[in-house]
This record gives sequence, C-alpha cells and structure tokens, in this order.
Amino acid sequence: MVAELGHFSLILALAVALVQGTLPLVGASRGDIRLMDLGRTAALTQALLVIVAFAALTQAYVASDFSVANVVANSHSAKPLLYKISGVWGNHEGSMLLWALILALFGAAVAVFGAGLPDSLRARVLAIQALIGVGFLAFLLFTSNPFERVWPPPADGNGLNPLLQDPGLAFHPPLLYLGYVGFSVTYAFAIAALLEGRVDAAWARWVRPWTLAAWCFLTLGIALGSWWAYYILGWGGFWFWDPVENASLMPWLAGTALLHSAIVVEKRDALKSWTVLLAILAFSLSLLGTFLVRSGVLTSVHAFAQDPARGMYILGFLLFVTGGGLALYAWRAPQLQGGGLFQPLSREGALILNNLLLCTLAATVLLGTLYPLFLDLLTGNKVSVGPPFFNATFVPICAPLFAALCVGPYLGWKRAEIWPALRHLRVAFVVAVIAAIVAATAIDGRSTLAALAFGFGVWLIVGSLGEFAQRLVRTGYKLPPRASLGMTIAHAAMGVVVLGAVGTGAWNSELIRTMKPGDRASFAGFDFKLDRVENLQGPNYVAERATLAVSVAGKPYTILSPERRVFTVQRRQVAETAIHTNLLRDLYATLGEGEAANGWVIRLYYNPLAPWIWLGAALAALGGFVSLSDRRLRIGAPRGSKKAGRPMAQAAE
Amino acid sequence: MNRRLLFLLPLATLALMAGFFAWSLLAGRDPASIGSVLVGREAPRLDVKPLREGEPPLTDALLHTGKPVIVNFFASWCTPCLAEHPLFTRLATREGAVIIGVAWKNKPADALAWLKRLGDPYKFAGADLDGRAGLDWGLSGVPETYLVDGQGIVRRHFRGPLTERDVTETILPFLKGAK
Repeated sequence: MVAELGHFSLILALAVALVQGTLPLVGASRGDIRLMDLGRTAALTQALLVIVAFAALTQAYVASDFSVANVVANSHSAKPLLYKISGVWGNHEGSMLLWALILALFGAAVAVFGAGLPDSLRARVLAIQALIGVGFLAFLLFTSNPFERVWPPPADGNGLNPLLQDPGLAFHPPLLYLGYVGFSVTYAFAIAALLEGRVDAAWARWVRPWTLAAWCFLTLGIALGSWWAYYILGWGGFWFWDPVENASLMPWLAGTALLHSAIVVEKRDALKSWTVLLAILAFSLSLLGTFLVRSGVLTSVHAFAQDPARGMYILGFLLFVTGGGLALYAWRAPQLQGGGLFQPLSREGALILNNLLLCTLAATVLLGTLYPLFLDLLTGNKVSVGPPFFNATFVPICAPLFAALCVGPYLGWKRAEIWPALRHLRVAFVVAVIAAIVAATAIDGRSTLAALAFGFGVWLIVGSLGEFAQRLVRTGYKLPPRASLGMTIAHAAMGVVVLGAVGTGAWNSELIRTMKPGDRASFAGFDFKLDRVENLQGPNYVAERATLAVSVAGKPYTILSPERRVFTVQRRQVAETAIHTNLLRDLYATLGEGEAANGWVIRLYYNPLAPWIWLGAALAALGGFVSLSDRRLRIGAPRGSKKAGRPMAQAAE
Repeated sequence: MNRRLLFLLPLATLALMAGFFAWSLLAGRDPASIGSVLVGREAPRLDVKPLREGEPPLTDALLHTGKPVIVNFFASWCTPCLAEHPLFTRLATREGAVIIGVAWKNKPADALAWLKRLGDPYKFAGADLDGRAGLDWGLSGVPETYLVDGQGIVRRHFRGPLTERDVTETILPFLKGAK
C-alpha cells in the first residue's frame, strides 16, 4: 500500500511539474501575474509530493518490505538501520529519486526565499527548475521505477553493496547531490536571465547565495568521497583521478569560477555573458558526471550503477538541458552589454585570470577523462589516463592560480598597481620561501616540487590571514563583513588542503610485510607487533581482525586493529583500515590476505598531514557558509528593483 | 558576425562530445575491455615445454596445420579457469576442436592433477612455468583464449573466462570456417 502511495505521489509530482514548467513561462511572457504566481504554489506542492514518495521508499527499506523489487535487490533484513536508510540512495532508482527530491526541495526553497525577486524572473526560474524536474521524474517513472513490486516476495533481500555499508558513504551521495542539484538553481537563473534578456548587478546578487550553497555542499561531498576512498580502499591515497572523481571535480571547478565571476557582475556590471555561460556549464558538468557514472561509457569504481540502456535517456536529457541552454546562450548572450571598463591590472583582471585558470583546469580534467573514450572510438587504441597525466598538467596550472590568489584581494577595482599589493605580501612571501627551503632540507628532500608546493600552501595561508590582519588594523579592529571573512577562511583553507596533499602524496612512507602473530616490524620510528588475528561475527559480515600493538622506544603507544570483512550475502571482501591520527599525521594499517600457516599481509603507511586534506575542505565549506550568512545576501536586492523589474522584462520580450 | 560564432562555440563543443557518447553507446563498446594488438596478425612464437611427460614440445608448426586451433592459457590456481573448463571439454569432445592448453606459471604436477580431476580437453598441452610464453602472447592474466586460423593468424583474443555465448556466437562459427 505504502509503495503504491509513493508511486502515485511521484506520478502526481510529474503532473504538477509539467504545470509548473509551462504556465508560469506563459504568464511571464504575457505579464499575467496569476499564472506567474502559480509557479510558487506548484513548486511547494511538487516538493511535498516528492517528499511523500521518498518517505514511502524509505519506509519500505526500514520495514524491509521485500515485495518491493528495489528493496529486494539492495537491502537485507540483517542490515543495521543506518544502512537500511542509506540503502535507499545506494542504488540507481533510489539515487535518482534522491536527485528528484533535492531538485524539488531547491525549487521550493526558491519559492520561499525568492520573495524579493521580480515576479517574472521568479516565475521563469521556477519553470526552468520544474522542466529539469520533469526530466528526472519521467526518467524515474518510465525507466527506473523504484516502487516496482515482486510477487511472491522472497524471504530476504540481496543486501547492499558492501563498499557502501560505511558511515562515510552513507552521507556522501546526499551531500554530493545537494551540490550537483544546487547548480540547477544557478542554471535556472541563467536561462531565466537569457529569456529576460537582462543580466545586472541585482541578478548576480540573487544568483550568488545559490551558487555558494551548492559550492559548499559539493565541497563537502567531494571531501567525504575522498575520505572514504582513503580509508576503505586501503591504498593509502586520497585521490585517484578516477573518472567519477573527475566528474565531481569539474562542476566544482566551474562553480568556483562562477562564484568569482559573479562578483564582477555584481560590483562592476562586466563579464555578463561569461558568467551566464559558467552558470550553464556548472550544472551541465554535474549532469555530465551523472551520465558518465551511469551510462557505462567509462569504467570506474561506481560501475555498479551502470546500464547502457539508461545511458541513452540520460544522454538525451543532457543534450536537452545543456544543448537547449547553450543554444539559447548562442542566440541571446551576444545582446548582453557589459558596462564596466577596467584595466588588465585590477581586481576585475585578477578575477578574470582566476576564471581562465579554473576553466583551464576543468578543461584539462575533462580532456583527461574523455581522452581514452575518444581514442578508443577513433583508433581502437586502449589507453588509460591516470595520475601521471594529471600531475603533469593539473598541478602546474595550480601554481599561477595559487600565486595570484593572495594578490587579488589587494587589487582595487578598475585599475590597480602591482607594487603596493606585493609590498603588503612581502612577509607572506618570505615565510613561504623559508617554508619551502625548510621543507626541502629538513623535512623531506625527496622531491623539490613537493617542497615548492609546500611553500605555496604556506603562502596561501599566511597571505590570506595577513590580508585579513591588515584589514583589521586598517578598519580599527572592526570585524569585516561576513562575505569577506568567508573569503579569507576559504582561501586559507585551500592552503591547508595543499599542505595535506603534499604531505600525504609526497612525504608518505609505506611498508608491506607478511607477518605471523608474534612478528615485529619497525617503521617510521614506531615498533609494530602483531599480537593476534581473530575471527569476528558482525551483523551481516564475518571478519578477520588483526591486533597490532604499536610502541615508541619500548613504551606502548597505541593499538591498531585493521579488519578484513567478508560480507556473507554478497560474498565480497572489504578492507577496514585502522587509522591513528594526531591531526599532524596518520598512522594507517590494513590487513590483507593471509592464513595462520604463512602469515598475513600487513600494509603500514605513515601519512604526514593527511587529516589536513579533509580539515581544509571542511574549512573551505565553512568559509562558504560564513559568507552565505552575510546579511546582504540574505536580504537580497533592494525592494525598488521589484517594481523596476517587470516593465523592463516585458520590453525585452 | 565573428563574435556570434564565438557564442556558438560551447554548443559546437557539446555537439561533438555528445556525438562521441552516442557513438560509444550505440557501438556497444565495453570500456572495461583492454583490447588486443594480436588480432589480425601472425600468432606469436610458440615454444613451450610439454606438460605431459614424454610428449614433444609445442612449436609454431601446430599453428600452421591449415586447420583452426584454440590456444588457451590456464592455471590450476585460477578460479575463472575452473568456470570455463566445461566449455573446453564440450568443444573437444562434441566439436572435435583442436585445443592447445598452456599451464601458465603453474607447477606441472599441480596442473596435471587439476586436469586429471576435471578431465583433459587439450590435444596438446604445454607448461609455461616462468611465464615467458605468456609474455610473448601479451597475456594480462589467466584465463585467456586465442583463436588462430589454419594460416597462423590470430582471429580473436578473449581475456577472462569464456562464456556460453562466446562459444555459440564466436567459436563455433570460427571452427566451421565462417571467419
């Protein structure tokens, strides 16, 4: 019954989305206020209906209703409650429903928080948002119905993919989707602006909070995914340039560029068509990521979600959304007139440099990800593009980006002088150079490039904090607006991530040893003794757990207990690494294959600064949220523009 | 006018990319397959010691008999090999296929015991203990199977265990001389 209720709500939601996607558009072009207002009601109704559908599926999972095919395929009665719930989105149908849910929630958020928007703009944004929703709801209902029944119901389910039975991954998809789908709002704003034929400072101010929110969630989602890969894959690394990781990085890069270019539109009325393009691209790249993950066009760790038949549908949808957006862009964007003039050396110029570099990074990742596909189709040659390519292309482009990052905030609008800005940064520069030299000579001399990168990390932190300190002094210790406080936090956080990446990527050490109980190993200043390996019975798995006693200079230090779990229902193994962290370094142990007679393969890693990667990412997101809480953004544009908005919009039709 | 073309660039890029995606989906491409450079070329040198005592070593002559042969690399320690083994037995007994088996990085005693237990479908069997022949043949692991025509040209290269479908759709037509 509950499943049918969910199915029925989903059908109703599609009908409502169709109304929301058409009538407000008609209303906006005719100036009919009643049709335009329909958008708000419809957005709230649609959100409510999708919530009901999602709740129904969650109920089926929690109650282990094995008459629902989706529950049978992805759940098991012996699973802990958390994974019964996370199982809802741990599969294709459920994760698409989560997409649709978040999309509808964002639509409702625009309806609620967008009270200050001009009526026609709000109506158009909601309509575009609903049209995207139509695509997802139709996709769900026609190709991936999560509520399908099986009869007779089997006694128990197949269980969730063991890799997904992990607290880190339980929240990775929702956060990532909040980011991906958040960009649908900026996309809707961009399309609405193109329809209206008007992009101005007020528009940029409205778009910015949505971009920021999406960016924060995406940052957290990516960080969580990377953290998960770090401790569950047991390879000691945190980023593998897997197509799926790249797919989430591209919208992040485009979104970061958008955040910065929207500032130029807001303050200086320039870079309009470019900003609109970025808003379209950020969401298009999110969709592209979904397509790459689910269509089976590329291989990746997410191969469990692949199905070529669905690939065609998503490709069609991608073409409709991106192609439609870009066609409208090609038609209407040339009419957008930029206002503000500026010298190359200015705040605007610095933000353009930022945009150029970020977009080059995104293009590099896109090329590296798709190159194997292109080459295979054109020549039949199989190649895989991995870390060597990205280390040789991505990392060097980061250098000018980071170098300029600290200078930008010192440059004034319109025209600026470089020397005063650099003079402000001399302390940061000296500290960074010393840090690089110390890194190369005292910490780890294996790689000069790593030491250089370390210097860049220090430069970002000291440079950003220094700018903040100087501003405090200048304003007589008055706290700057939250938007600029957020900027300082996010910029410094980039430095923290860089330091963590250098430490983990270049200065780590590892030891692989076959050990029997009683064996000892010395590594990175620690003594390890394998006390015992025992068998455990988990709720839905059996495991081998090794107990490693770690001591320093004879004194007991800590106990590491890595596990190797075998999930009985799916017959799959998952490594549970044991990590001891003191926030400056991780001591990381994994248990490999083995048996009592020959010993077990134990891998030990010493990863300096590893926790900083995720700490930095969390800090960056915090910076975004601080900026988001700025009063100026919350209130939105001055009231006056509401009256001015309508007649001008009509003139543009 | 040129400025307008610039604004069309993103759309054109998308069209190009979408074309490739559609091509990939329609061609039924398997991205997990790493392909083979051997197909359509002369088979690599075959020079392997015999697995069964008292038999002559395997040489290139076995690949140039005018009749198609199947070359299968296997090992007793490999589980997928166990899975595909009944298919070879069927091919040998029912279809009379000439199958050359090479035990790769496998102690002859272990391989022989494994074949004794499961049945031996190999007309010729070699032991590639140090994996040198595997290197010559571009092996990425076991099991891998090559279809070589009577002139010594490799026609197909399967990586991983054979399936029922491979046998009916590819191997049987190949043996009957369809390709």
